Amino acid sequence: MLVYIIRRIMQAAFVIVVMSVLVYVGIFLVGSPVDILINPEMSEAEMEAVTKALGLDRPIWEQYFIFVGNALQGDMGKSFVFGQSAIKLIVERIPATMELAIISIIISLVIGIPLGMYAGLRPDSVGGRSIMAGSILGFSLPNFWVGLMLIMFFAVMVGWLPAAGRGPTVDVLGIDVSFLSLEGLKHLILPAITLALSKTALVVRLARAGVREVLPMDYIKFARAKGLPRRRVVSVHVLKNIMIPIVTVTGLELGSVVAFAVVTETVFAWPGMGKLLIDSIGNLDRPVVVAYLMQIVFLLVVLNLIVDVLYSILDPRVRLQEQKA
Amino acid sequence: MSGPTLTVENLSTAFFTKAGVVKAVDDVSFSVGRGEVLGLVGESGSGKSVTGFSILGLVDPPGRVTDGHIRFNGHDLVGLDEEAMRQLRGRRISMVFQDPMMTLNPVLRVDTQMIEAIQAHEKVDDDTARQRARDALALVGIPSPEERLKSYPHQFSGGMRQRVAIAIAMINRPDLIIADEPTTALDVTIQGQILYEVQKLCRESGTALIWITHDLTVVAGLADKICVMYAGNVVEQGAIDDVLDKPLHPYTRGLIGSVPSRNRQNKRLYQIPGMTPSLLNVPEGCRFRSRCPRADDSCATMPPLGELEPNHWARCVHPHTGEPL
Amino acid sequence: MTDTALQSQGAETGQGGSLLRRFAAEFAESKLALVGLVGFAIIVFIALFAPFVAPQDPYDLASLDIFDVRLPPGSVGQETGITYWLGTDAQGRDMLSAIMYGLRVSLFVGAVSAVVSLIIGAAVGLTAAYFGGRVDSIIMRIVDIQLSFPAILVALILLSILGQGVDKVLIALVIVQWAYYARTARGSALVERNREYVEAATCLGLGHGRIMFRHIMPNCMPPLIVIVTIQVADAIALEATLSFLGVGVPVTEPSLGLLISTGFDYLLSGKYWISVFPGVALALAIVSINLVGDQLRDVLNPRLKR
Repeated sequence: MLVYIIRRIMQAAFVIVVMSVLVYVGIFLVGSPVDILINPEMSEAEMEAVTKALGLDRPIWEQYFIFVGNALQGDMGKSFVFGQSAIKLIVERIPATMELAIISIIISLVIGIPLGMYAGLRPDSVGGRSIMAGSILGFSLPNFWVGLMLIMFFAVMVGWLPAAGRGPTVDVLGIDVSFLSLEGLKHLILPAITLALSKTALVVRLARAGVREVLPMDYIKFARAKGLPRRRVVSVHVLKNIMIPIVTVTGLELGSVVAFAVVTETVFAWPGMGKLLIDSIGNLDRPVVVAYLMQIVFLLVVLNLIVDVLYSILDPRVRLQEQKA
Repeated sequence: MSGPTLTVENLSTAFFTKAGVVKAVDDVSFSVGRGEVLGLVGESGSGKSVTGFSILGLVDPPGRVTDGHIRFNGHDLVGLDEEAMRQLRGRRISMVFQDPMMTLNPVLRVDTQMIEAIQAHEKVDDDTARQRARDALALVGIPSPEERLKSYPHQFSGGMRQRVAIAIAMINRPDLIIADEPTTALDVTIQGQILYEVQKLCRESGTALIWITHDLTVVAGLADKICVMYAGNVVEQGAIDDVLDKPLHPYTRGLIGSVPSRNRQNKRLYQIPGMTPSLLNVPEGCRFRSRCPRADDSCATMPPLGELEPNHWARCVHPHTGEPL
Repeated sequence: MTDTALQSQGAETGQGGSLLRRFAAEFAESKLALVGLVGFAIIVFIALFAPFVAPQDPYDLASLDIFDVRLPPGSVGQETGITYWLGTDAQGRDMLSAIMYGLRVSLFVGAVSAVVSLIIGAAVGLTAAYFGGRVDSIIMRIVDIQLSFPAILVALILLSILGQGVDKVLIALVIVQWAYYARTARGSALVERNREYVEAATCLGLGHGRIMFRHIMPNCMPPLIVIVTIQVADAIALEATLSFLGVGVPVTEPSLGLLISTGFDYLLSGKYWISVFPGVALALAIVSINLVGDQLRDVLNPRLKR
């Protein structure tokens, strides 16, 4: 088990290094930031001074190593636009994005698992069919458009919920969260639902497919032959088996939820990392873009790692194989 | 001793599929008393497993019991409501399945699966239940049961898993156990051990046992009575010695003839010509007709199951009466 | 000599009309899928013939009337005399026409990117499966890494580097999507590779390329077809999202996503039609493709298990 984890960690580190090179080189191709920082009246010398100050006159590989050296010390350069540390800018916005992402995942699990299980248990019922048809809608409707429609309905037409922003936050252990105050919750609910929609559809499908696969198994019939109440057969024997793929996929999808938050945050003007990224891409604010990407690469790789390890803990069969290996 | 534990009278179970009605079990009757072992013999598709599931009320749609009575200790189980049926399952009637690799839930520990079987029927605290689970494991010959309780199914060998399944089936001291080919998937040596132990346990506790199998040699050493099924019908039944020594039905003869050990060396193993008929829209008359060497026009009407010799029934127009093997 | 191999291949891929008819019958079992198919056909028709069915050419600035800006649905243009059934946008364009032309851009981007990524992905996946060993593990490692990054993010970054434009969007979408096809193609090619007809072809001394593309590839098509439908829908949604974020197609060739984006600004002031109608069109397109794809998957799947 330990060997397996160490091997996985080394793999993860390798991916991070490769991605850091790709990201850095890739972003280097985005036009020179000097162009937007200088004003046209600047002299040649002044321009050079700015270039030098930003370290942009050195060869790209040298810049990369300086970048890595600094990054390891938690410094990914200063934002050209804000004049602040890029890392700090992003870290400040992590709680907003993570809150949105986590609440969305919770919504998708809490709604998706029961619906999917129902559709799996009664595949031919009107309810089961409607749920599946609904799930097609769920992953078909473009995220941002759903957001717009929700804004139109709840904010513009009936005016129950705010259209944009995060509202007041409550400080919990130094982290700002929205979900603890009514006003914060009102701001949170629409973006969270928007972001949760396609994941809910995914969870519904996973849960349904899992139930369809598990139900004909002998161990379910045996569980019923033991005289277990239907409730227990479904909520323990079926649920525990279908949770393995659901947890795996959900874990892997957390990264994609954070990525998709870019869209949702833009629609709802939610002050998270995603909105910062879009603004920074527009402003050619390279350090922020690079810092965001590195941070999300890191997040994704770590997530994959955790999911793999969790998976081996959840599924005793995998655990055994690893012990043998 | 008051009456048999289980009496099945004219049981019919059919599956209503898109392609038509499949009469998997058609007019089957037999009984089994305390401490008695009934061998239910037939090829795959003869309806023997469906008979077992019908008794437990575990026939899933599109299948259902269409006719007949299943009297268990005098009470008819046909038409009993689901909750009453559930209380019987696992407590008064249990079942052991064919494939031990599939009957235990792979993601639940053995103790969970044993304790829930007890607690589904009795209000017992966890410690007592665990104690009983441990005793049950010891009873079926599993070494160091205390440790094994904490194991997952995949940590057991096939034979050990089947012992666990048998321990679960016996844990509530049922009046009847239905064993659906429980040794088919196991090695011959382990088959022998399990057969011996199950027989001993049933004799000691007075549990009635229905042993479903396609293997005549297994029931030969185990059963008191035998019931031979073909294409959903009972074709012959009686005391084990009567049926094996003086088979009346040509099908039973064919079955006995195709057991390797009964044949002398150099003699060709007997093979029943043809294939089991499809149970979908079965033609009128004796179902074995197309494969029977004795068949003629008089076989076109279904013969009744007649007591052709004392306590020895067969469903045949041209029985081998007075022609012992 | 090659006849035996070809025959066995022919036996697997098509038995002419009867197979097709059975396929059609199975497909038609789902009413929802039929609705999807009809919807898809209508949308494709509109996209193909937009210049003939649209009341106005939205790209022709001369035909726009500056006074017809942001008219609600059902208004009649004073100068143009056109009834704007779905209203007009900020430039006075007829929304219905803009949607029809936008559909054209969206479908074009979706279809072309799907086909190009299908070709690249299938070739790469087949190569990986056919040669196995090192080639396979290197290719699949790249695919795995690529797939572990959300498509939206990769596309966003690529476009921020490449800049706007339909061609740029296409490049980004292909880079994002090829890996799905590669994985699927490899998966089914691995199964096919071990079949007898491949062995027979190898024994006959046929070249790698011939075996891969003439013998293995046709048998890998069913899962790839399913992936294509799903990916076309995905590509359309992704393009719309990117255009909405302002890194997709240019304003001169507005896709549905861009139309929605421009309407967003007016949504809060109650001018809903600029955003809502293109969105409905987009949603209908994606939903109908997904309905078809969903049923295709159900129908083709049992055959995959064979």
